[in-house]
Amino acid sequence: MNFPILSTLIFLPLLSSLFIFLSRDKKNNFSSIYISLFSSIATFLLSLFLWYSLDVNTADFQFVEDKSWINDFIKFKLGVDGISILFIVLTTFITPICIISCINSVKERVKEFLIAILVLETFMIGVFCSLDLVIFYLFFEGGLIPMFLIIGVWGGSRKVYSAFKFFLFTLLGSVLMLVGIIVIYWLTGTTDITQIYEIQIPEEYQNLLWLAFLSSFAVKMPMWPVHTWLPDAHVEAPTAGSVILAAILLKMAGYGFLRFSIPMFPLASEFFTPLIYSLSIIAIIYTSLVALMQEDMKKLIAYSSVAHMGYVTLGIFTLTKQGIEGSIYQMISHGLISAALFLCVGVLYDRLNSRLISTYGGLVNYLPKYSFLFLVFALAALGLPGTTGFLGEFLILTGTFQKSYLAAMLATVGVVLGAAYMLWLTKRLIFGVTKNSSIETLSDINKSEIIMLGTLAFFVIFFGFYPAPLMDTFNVSVNSLIDNYQLALNGR
Amino acid sequence: MEYAIIFLPLIGSIIGYLGKSITKLFSEIFTSLLVSISAILSIIVFWNGIQKSNYDNYQIIEWISSGDFVANWSINIDPLSSVMLVVVTFVSALVHIYSIGYMSHDPHKPRFMSYLSLFTFSMLVLVASDNFLQLFFGWEGVGLCSYLLIGFWYKKETANNAAIKAFIVNRIGDFGLAVGIFLIFFFFGSINFEEVFQAAPQFAEKKLLFSGFELNLITLICLFLFIGAMGKSAQFLLHTWLPDAMEGPTPVSALIHAATMVTAGVFLVVKCSPLFEYSQVALNVVTIVGMITAVFAASVALVQNDIKKIVAYSTCSQLGYMFFAAGVGAYHVAIFHLFTHAFFKALLFLGSGSIIHAFKDEQDIRNMGGIRKKLPFTYILMLVGTLALTGFPFLSGFYSKDAIIEFAYLRNSSLGNYAVLIGIFTAFLTSIYSWRLFFKTFHGSYNNKKIPINETHESPIIMLIPLFFLGIGALFAGFLFKEIFIGHSSKDFWQASIFFMNEINHEHIPLWLLLITPVLVVISIPLTFYYYIYNTKFLEEFKNTSLPLYNFLLNKWYIDELYDLVFVNPIKKIGSFFWKKGDVGTIDRFGPDGISKLIKIISSKAGKLQTGFIYDYAFVMLLGLSILLTYLILN
Repeated sequence: MNFPILSTLIFLPLLSSLFIFLSRDKKNNFSSIYISLFSSIATFLLSLFLWYSLDVNTADFQFVEDKSWINDFIKFKLGVDGISILFIVLTTFITPICIISCINSVKERVKEFLIAILVLETFMIGVFCSLDLVIFYLFFEGGLIPMFLIIGVWGGSRKVYSAFKFFLFTLLGSVLMLVGIIVIYWLTGTTDITQIYEIQIPEEYQNLLWLAFLSSFAVKMPMWPVHTWLPDAHVEAPTAGSVILAAILLKMAGYGFLRFSIPMFPLASEFFTPLIYSLSIIAIIYTSLVALMQEDMKKLIAYSSVAHMGYVTLGIFTLTKQGIEGSIYQMISHGLISAALFLCVGVLYDRLNSRLISTYGGLVNYLPKYSFLFLVFALAALGLPGTTGFLGEFLILTGTFQKSYLAAMLATVGVVLGAAYMLWLTKRLIFGVTKNSSIETLSDINKSEIIMLGTLAFFVIFFGFYPAPLMDTFNVSVNSLIDNYQLALNGR
Repeated sequence: MEYAIIFLPLIGSIIGYLGKSITKLFSEIFTSLLVSISAILSIIVFWNGIQKSNYDNYQIIEWISSGDFVANWSINIDPLSSVMLVVVTFVSALVHIYSIGYMSHDPHKPRFMSYLSLFTFSMLVLVASDNFLQLFFGWEGVGLCSYLLIGFWYKKETANNAAIKAFIVNRIGDFGLAVGIFLIFFFFGSINFEEVFQAAPQFAEKKLLFSGFELNLITLICLFLFIGAMGKSAQFLLHTWLPDAMEGPTPVSALIHAATMVTAGVFLVVKCSPLFEYSQVALNVVTIVGMITAVFAASVALVQNDIKKIVAYSTCSQLGYMFFAAGVGAYHVAIFHLFTHAFFKALLFLGSGSIIHAFKDEQDIRNMGGIRKKLPFTYILMLVGTLALTGFPFLSGFYSKDAIIEFAYLRNSSLGNYAVLIGIFTAFLTSIYSWRLFFKTFHGSYNNKKIPINETHESPIIMLIPLFFLGIGALFAGFLFKEIFIGHSSKDFWQASIFFMNEINHEHIPLWLLLITPVLVVISIPLTFYYYIYNTKFLEEFKNTSLPLYNFLLNKWYIDELYDLVFVNPIKKIGSFFWKKGDVGTIDRFGPDGISKLIKIISSKAGKLQTGFIYDYAFVMLLGLSILLTYLILN
């Protein structure tokens, strides 16, 4: 195919943000909202088409575009395979939902907010399409800027502190990755990922390079102990910002492990597996316990995200079929569930301007539809079978068990804790007697909110019962990932 | 037909709730109707099984496939699951009908009926599974419905807490079940029941190193599976949720916490008999836990005053019976007791519901008494239920419970003999607490101060009809199905669905063993009547002289308090500690906040260096120049 479909996908949101920038409407920002909604849905449809026409029976990169960019030194190389396509679709699916959520929650500078979201979308899609380290780095870091602005401009009371914390944490991690990329270029003479795959990077460099990449991914993931920026960033970010942060930005690191760390540094990946196991398990148990004691809804969900991401890192580095597939599945699932939970918090915040759990209670009496949907997502988050939350965790644990009994059993403890904090949250928010009289005046969720949450609930349940569309997509790519890894280990 | 059995309750659940505004009674009638059809179809399937051995496995669609980890949505009909289908749908249909009357004043009745149907669906999915993963789905699904129904009256703080407790304690059990499944998949490479069971003999001797101990693989798997069963079936140490679960509406207690969900653990052990039979250690553990639970729960039931809690502890105790039956290898007897227990325990719960209804939500038996004339039908049906539970000769409990004791005896091992003793002793306790409950509510003087006796009333007909059906079951189920379930030809019925390593031969059982339980049971009736109604002083005095013992039992052996002390409070403290001292106090303090503070300090120091006076700068320049020169000269 000659048509540059991936470039179109990447730059469509950027282009439409330009349109919004040029558009002039002082009243209600109607045209901005419609342009952004229209373009993001078009992007989504395009990505669906891409998914549909992707050949899932091969692990090769498809729709590859290869243009020289700077003197043949850096190539603008794009391509997708069975793993990255799902992240692209997740991104393009979540973005329109974020834009709908803006209608209710963003009160000022709507136009600029939409521009930031669309620019961010460009960067995010770019990350998942890049087949060149430098391009990847640019997209990966570029996404920081709009996110930084979203938190810093539209955030809550401590927005500046949170925005800087977010920025510094992620930037410091990434600097080392940049050094790593330079070293790789120096060693191999290329930054083209597919070419680097062919070359075995010398063993003595692998460990250091792996650590350089880890420093960036660990912060983004986030892994314990560099996770503390996440609760603060979430708390201060506006709803749409939290949704994108949890649903997509956190997935970049997991994707990074799969795309870079494991195929490029297989020996180091094996060497550092115990480290990852330990950090993941600490993350799962530690943050679950911390989540249990939170008084702020957003912080609670943010900490639960860290625990869920702990499962992902655990699963990826089992390097078993079930572990990796479970991790990819868990990332998609968490993308849907955490997005929904943050939207749910946003619905309440829009109405009462409070994130404290103690403000609420007995919501089911006055917001029955909302309460039902919240319960669905809470149950999905605690991994109830029949939702996407279950299969990911269960596959990861199955995979982990084949490598380490102890790790798997400890991680399974997190499943019990997960039930505890989610159900306790639900009880304090939804059930019980309505103590706060201002709740009685609240209106139940409106149409746009039902559309957002209903769609997410549908997919959470649908893929929980019938995950085949997802599993079939990445099946072959994961097989080849594991085969190559084994080959590298055997060839040592 | 098999599809209809499973999916009708699901359809009922969804449409019944969505269509609540069609007419006033739509939800209750629609859900009850569909579950009733499902019940009739189940009986047909069960009957076809007995007559023609019509069993099959229906694959619906693939659920998950990741490498060898493959699970399908399936409906597996074998003798074991067909029995469970009947129990589940039959009791469920009656509970649905009963609820129409019981919940008639509740504004959230459609939601209630919908949950009941959803529960029925999950339970059917559980018993009709052909692999461990679908079983796990049903397992957690029933847990969810239990959570929703216990917390049905969501305004009650206690109900919400009980609901969460039930879910989390079950999750601890599920942890064991999950680890069991991981082990099975790792070694057997499959999670399909049939494939696993076929491969079991090859692994009989396999040892493995598990956290430093060398253990038999099958034993380990069975123990983990049993942890799951303990959670769901409220066995000792994981039982604490069941009494609290009585916060839910009474029909829920009858369906979920007596007849069906709590028996899922027994079902699991029996289903996995091809694994358990290869591990004597695991079987012994099952027996011991079952025995402890049977005695423990019966002892606690002796002194409780809440009518539902008494019945709940009784359930716990009877589940203990089922487990030690399974533990001594009499799986078919365990299922037989499960079968008969479903009838009389559901009857007792629904009967209690009828009494509670009559007293307008009074549950304390000290505030009841002397109402046998006001509630004649309930009285008779409760009498039937009590007789059946205590194992009065020729009622259903008699056949199943005595069979458990007899088979324990036939095991001819020391553990089996202990089980016999415990079984007989517990039967005696069971009899005492059951009759205490019965006499204190229906006989003696009327003790309620809030409601005059004339205002108590018999329940409406729609609540009595289900009681009547259950009463028939409690009377005859034992007698009618004895031969099929546990008789000499029972092997023809169970076929391969239950696996016996060693045939238990129906030897001669001594006469004293056959007689001792029925005799004790019969004696206990006048005894109980005398001490609880006729001459209450003796027990009062006994209570006062042995107050520690009484309090120990009244407070359920202080296990809840122990858990609060050992688990709940420390976990909360650790959570706060990690948050305040770990995240905020350490990582942030020395991480980002520390660095930014450091930079601030350095920059303010650096700022002070810029004095603006030319001689300061000149001095620094001279200093630098001299250092540079020294360096160059030395080189």
